[in-house]
Amino acid sequence: MIFTRMSESSFRLNRRVVPLTGSDSRESLLRWLRRERLTGTKEGCGDGDCGACTVALVERDSDGRAHFRAVNACLLPMGMLAGREVLTVEALAEEGTLHPVQQALVDCAGSQCGYCTPGFAMSLFAGWYAGEFDDHVIEGNLCRCTGYAPIRRAAAQLAAMPRASDRFSALLDAASTAPAGEPPHDTPGCMALSPPPRTAESRGEGGPPFHRPSTLAEAFALKTTHPQAIWFCGGTDLGVALSRGQSVASAFIAVDRLTELHTLDVRADAVRIGAGVPLSRLERELAGVFPALDRMLPWFAARQVKNRATLGGNLGSASPIGDLLPWLLAHGAIIEVAGPRGARELPVDGYFQAYRKTARADDELIVAVRVPRLAGPQAAYKVAKRQTDDISIVAAVYALILGDDGRVERARLAYGGVAAIPLRARRTEDFLLGRALDATTVAQACALLRAEFTPLDDHRASADYRRELCAALFAKFVEEGVT
Amino acid sequence: MKHESAENHVTGRAVYTDELRVPVGLLRLYPVQAPHAHARILALDIATAAAMEGVHAVLTAADVPGVNDTGPILHDEPLIPTDQVRYHGQAVAWVAAEDGTMARAAAQRVQVVYQALPAILGIEAAEAAASFHLPPAKVERGDVAGALAAAPHRISGEVRCGAQDHFYLETHASWVEIDGDGLVHVTASTQHPSETQAMVAHVLGLPSHRVVCRCLRMGGGFGGKETQANAFAALCALAAQRTGRPVAIQLPRSLDMQLTGKRHPFRGRFEVGFDADGLLLAMDVDLVADGGWSCDLSPPVLMRAMVHVDNAYYCPHVRVTGRIAKTHSTSHTAFRGFGGPQGMLVGEEIIDRVARHLGLPPELVRARNFYRPGRTPDRNHTHYGQPVVDNHLDALWAQAHADAEYACRRIEVDAFNAAHASRKRGLAITPVKFGISFNKTEYNQAGALVLVYRDGSIQLNHGGTEMGQGLHTKMIGVAARTLGVDPARIRVMATSTDKVPNTSATAASSGSDLNGQAVRAACLTLIARLTPVAAGLLGCAQEDVRFRDDGACASATTGRTRGEAAPAVGFAELVQAAYDARISLSATGYYRTPAIHWDAAAGRGHPFYYFAYGAAVAEVEVCVHTGVHRLLRVDLLHDVGDSLNENIDRGQIEGGFVQGLGWLTCEEVVWGADGRLLTDAPSTYKIPTVADVPRDFRLRLFQRPAAASTDVVFGSKGVGEPPLMLALAVREALRDAVAACGSGGIVELASPATPEAVLRAIRAQRARLASAAPQPPAAPPSPRERGEDTEALT
Ligand SMILES: Cc1cc2nc3c(=O)[nH]c(=O)nc-3n(C[C@H](O)[C@H](O)[C@H](O)COP(=O)(O)OP(=O)(O)OC[C@H]3O[C@@H](n4cnc5c(N)ncnc54)[C@H](O)[C@@H]3O)c2cc1C
Ligand code: FES
Ligand code: FES
Repeated sequence: MIFTRMSESSFRLNRRVVPLTGSDSRESLLRWLRRERLTGTKEGCGDGDCGACTVALVERDSDGRAHFRAVNACLLPMGMLAGREVLTVEALAEEGTLHPVQQALVDCAGSQCGYCTPGFAMSLFAGWYAGEFDDHVIEGNLCRCTGYAPIRRAAAQLAAMPRASDRFSALLDAASTAPAGEPPHDTPGCMALSPPPRTAESRGEGGPPFHRPSTLAEAFALKTTHPQAIWFCGGTDLGVALSRGQSVASAFIAVDRLTELHTLDVRADAVRIGAGVPLSRLERELAGVFPALDRMLPWFAARQVKNRATLGGNLGSASPIGDLLPWLLAHGAIIEVAGPRGARELPVDGYFQAYRKTARADDELIVAVRVPRLAGPQAAYKVAKRQTDDISIVAAVYALILGDDGRVERARLAYGGVAAIPLRARRTEDFLLGRALDATTVAQACALLRAEFTPLDDHRASADYRRELCAALFAKFVEEGVT
Repeated sequence: MKHESAENHVTGRAVYTDELRVPVGLLRLYPVQAPHAHARILALDIATAAAMEGVHAVLTAADVPGVNDTGPILHDEPLIPTDQVRYHGQAVAWVAAEDGTMARAAAQRVQVVYQALPAILGIEAAEAAASFHLPPAKVERGDVAGALAAAPHRISGEVRCGAQDHFYLETHASWVEIDGDGLVHVTASTQHPSETQAMVAHVLGLPSHRVVCRCLRMGGGFGGKETQANAFAALCALAAQRTGRPVAIQLPRSLDMQLTGKRHPFRGRFEVGFDADGLLLAMDVDLVADGGWSCDLSPPVLMRAMVHVDNAYYCPHVRVTGRIAKTHSTSHTAFRGFGGPQGMLVGEEIIDRVARHLGLPPELVRARNFYRPGRTPDRNHTHYGQPVVDNHLDALWAQAHADAEYACRRIEVDAFNAAHASRKRGLAITPVKFGISFNKTEYNQAGALVLVYRDGSIQLNHGGTEMGQGLHTKMIGVAARTLGVDPARIRVMATSTDKVPNTSATAASSGSDLNGQAVRAACLTLIARLTPVAAGLLGCAQEDVRFRDDGACASATTGRTRGEAAPAVGFAELVQAAYDARISLSATGYYRTPAIHWDAAAGRGHPFYYFAYGAAVAEVEVCVHTGVHRLLRVDLLHDVGDSLNENIDRGQIEGGFVQGLGWLTCEEVVWGADGRLLTDAPSTYKIPTVADVPRDFRLRLFQRPAAASTDVVFGSKGVGEPPLMLALAVREALRDAVAACGSGGIVELASPATPEAVLRAIRAQRARLASAAPQPPAAPPSPRERGEDTEALT
């Protein structure tokens, strides 16, 4: 069996190779950094919600180019770092010269208390090398002091600046040409760090193993020998649990770098989406393909999370408020799973069985999802207390096929946040068949939709509001999308 | 001048409390939390936990050698409860262990037997149980009952506002080491080091001189570290004393949210009498604040609300009564505005209801009611008897209208609404008048200590703490300006109680007013000492010495022709000469705010040295289907006097506005029926992100038409809190958009105005529209029986 236990491995931090020997595999990169006295990276929540812990991960894209991706260090367990390259805020300035993103923050009075600032610097840093300076770059960073206006001004100042090559673009060039999967080398002239000095607080018992298979077959073999091990992909769900000190599992199998999970195959009738493709890549590469996805992804978490989160993980968690799940339901997607006992296809209808229980067997891995492309009106809606980076109160995805006479030939009305699992409004769908979407029909459909589910009251909203949204969003859809 | 730490912020080099170099043997604390909002502690067994690996102590009430109390006003706040749990999640014991994981594991093994008791949750439950902190407070002027009875129009109503979590990005942190001489060194993320020092001392049973409390800088405070930091520092100190080890804590976010107090939720009930023009004649307002389990700072918070219900509006007959509900929740505390925002929210509610009841434009009714100087009868004294000092409301209001093109946009918004059924826009303008000074007169004093070294470098110490508001930067500015030196000579030292004692909290927007004058006083003392030395070096008369351009020179007016360079001496040279002449190069400075007094029992006096003024115009768009709303544009106009630092003041205004926006729209603190905090993480508690801030965000600093009658440092004004209340314009704009869904009359809107709350308000409008029989324009559901609309009777 070929896999690497992290205890034998290392990662590259701020251009130096750091052995991972002895660190607790469950500990987040954030806590590890802070114990190692790299305290520029801050903890504002430990849950992936504030961005104070933002670091840059070097990631090779499908085209082979390496990029800096802003990610939350609080959600990255040390066990996932083997063979990775990470930059923290400490690496940005050189010999007293600030990086342009840092200088822009200084020039625009972008820091007040300064606690969020390294996180913003890192988000802007990743944006700088991607040439992106819009709000999405900093949406995952909370600031309680500035009201964001000066940080936006800093981003605008950066957008207007020429970007010359520098040591960081050189790093990306080098990473782009290195053979894939190559373990990190030391940068010439840099010394490999000896095992970091143990501080009073550190504990080095190793923690549960993070297995790193490089093929599907290896993954399944591992799962057979370690049946209690669980799949670990982007870690934006599992990382939260680990960061909160839950033990989660006695072993993990990292699937985030399995090439088989990274396909993105756009065909005329359907798109096959690899279960391990980060959502930010879907946002970039599928723009314009699925109108409903184009609308949903901007509401889904923020940049740092989307750089890690995957469709496979969304289906794996199968949360009632998983935002991509109603989208899959509305499209009648097919989930391709495979495991030690072979591969099979599961239609999304019937996939969700009970609260976080699905038709997938524990040893099966989601490899890809085939999502049919639909003609006809389709749209996604998400209502939350805050309109960015918030969990849905109700999410709805609608897809209709209308006849030439305007009558409904096929209707899929899928909802999240209304029950223990994502659901289609089947009664209303049936009612709509064969009807034209006139005011009476819409009013009647809305009445049905109000009664279709029995949602709960919680801290996000009342059951009443949820019921009302089930109807209101459909009315909005018809008004905006069908006329 | 940029923030003194800007470069350290962006490079991550700025050090916060929990980032001090880890001393050998550092222990970490973790709490044992009660799963009840109210319970009796029947038994507490720490034996198993205490025996666990890495555990050095399990602290219970029995470990407190001094006074087991951290109440800042009343002594009602046990540091560790002895027999009763009084809010859900309260810590009944604390484990000190070699790291956080071990401490947490051990905390789970502390066995506690509770007897659950009925909990009082919320204002109504407290009323039913007559559970209040302290007797009611009252501020009253005139004959309210008589004026209400005589008023041509009278309405009554109720409004509530929710709690707000401070959500400073840096959670509470404390760090304590006791040195070989028994001196307790505390480093804490505290806005009030002197109080933290005093609390640590009395918990440990030590005199204050055995404790030094430092604050390096805070990653945000906003009032949340005014009193709330004391307990964590005291616990670390207690653990350090018990174990002989250094002890630190930094709360994980969820613990921070569960254990610390928030902005007080308020309920306001009011009855108001007015004439057909909307002019206020009488106002009877009852405020209840949810104070939580202990008194904390609730009395002054309540009082500030009571003296801000008037906002910018004069009313001849006013009665404001206030009570503090004693409930089983975290103890609510200071938060930027300190009750002022809650009071003003009620005041703006009243004005808006008066306007909509009469079918008048709210902005017109607002302006009609402004305090105005020079009128007979008087319209420029507040209900607590203080004149509205340097009242610029009319000029400010006119400029705010003009800058924001209010009149044109009103027409455009109305046209938009006429053309759109599913989306409605709203536009509103609101004023801010906010009193500056601590309500508690004693707190209005400050000290500074300036140390000049022989090389001409300067260490500046003052009593204020830096939490992002730029106080240190402003203080460097004040010192540099007073001494006439290059700011680069000056370094602000970490706030420390062994440098400047008996300081006040950095709060009440008073940080730069108080400390600035103290710094200035210290610098003036030094100038007075350096003047003879300079005169000697320059060969001029003492009165001709000028300190500027990083040194001293002889005034150009003395017998020289124009253009001839004045003889000058550099600061370092001057300092060396002073040293050689055996002149003291360090000085303290002290300041107390003049002219203020307050009689809390009578609710009268002159509590505020002056007022800060501002106005905001907000435009929103609301989705009628969902209640989801968006802020399209905002125009702020704010009065900072002669700004000490424009960059910093602008930052305070923009940041304060967005924090207020959060309080009024997306930030909703929710407790469960059992008193457990359900929104204890940023996944459930949503503060604004960049996307909530409109792209069209305009800010202008108001230039006052006349010089100030007060003497504030270099003509500046406090700016920390007032801008938060500019966000009330957003609430009123949302109300305006909701109104566009109906056909006039009063619009009730909950606060925070979440999408759900907005949709509820829209549906109420729609329902009224549907049942629009020939009813009077608006009879709001009356929560108070006596408050019926008397219009039909008159
Ligand atoms: C700040 C923040 C905001 C968020 N916002 C949203 C949001 O707006 N909408 C939303 O829907 N979600 C949101 N999430 C949740 C999360 O990002 C998504 O559920 C995401 O899709 C999970 O993907 P992942 O790869 O990170 O999953 P992981 O954490 O790696 O795994 C999640 C679960 O899926 C399993 N799993 C992972 N990959 C596979 C696979 N290929 N086959 C089988 N099982 C697998 C794992 O074993 C685990 O049980 C948010 C999370 C955070 C931290
Ligand atoms: S610490 Fe808040 S996102 Fe990581
Ligand atoms: S500067 Fe304080 S949180 Fe952003």
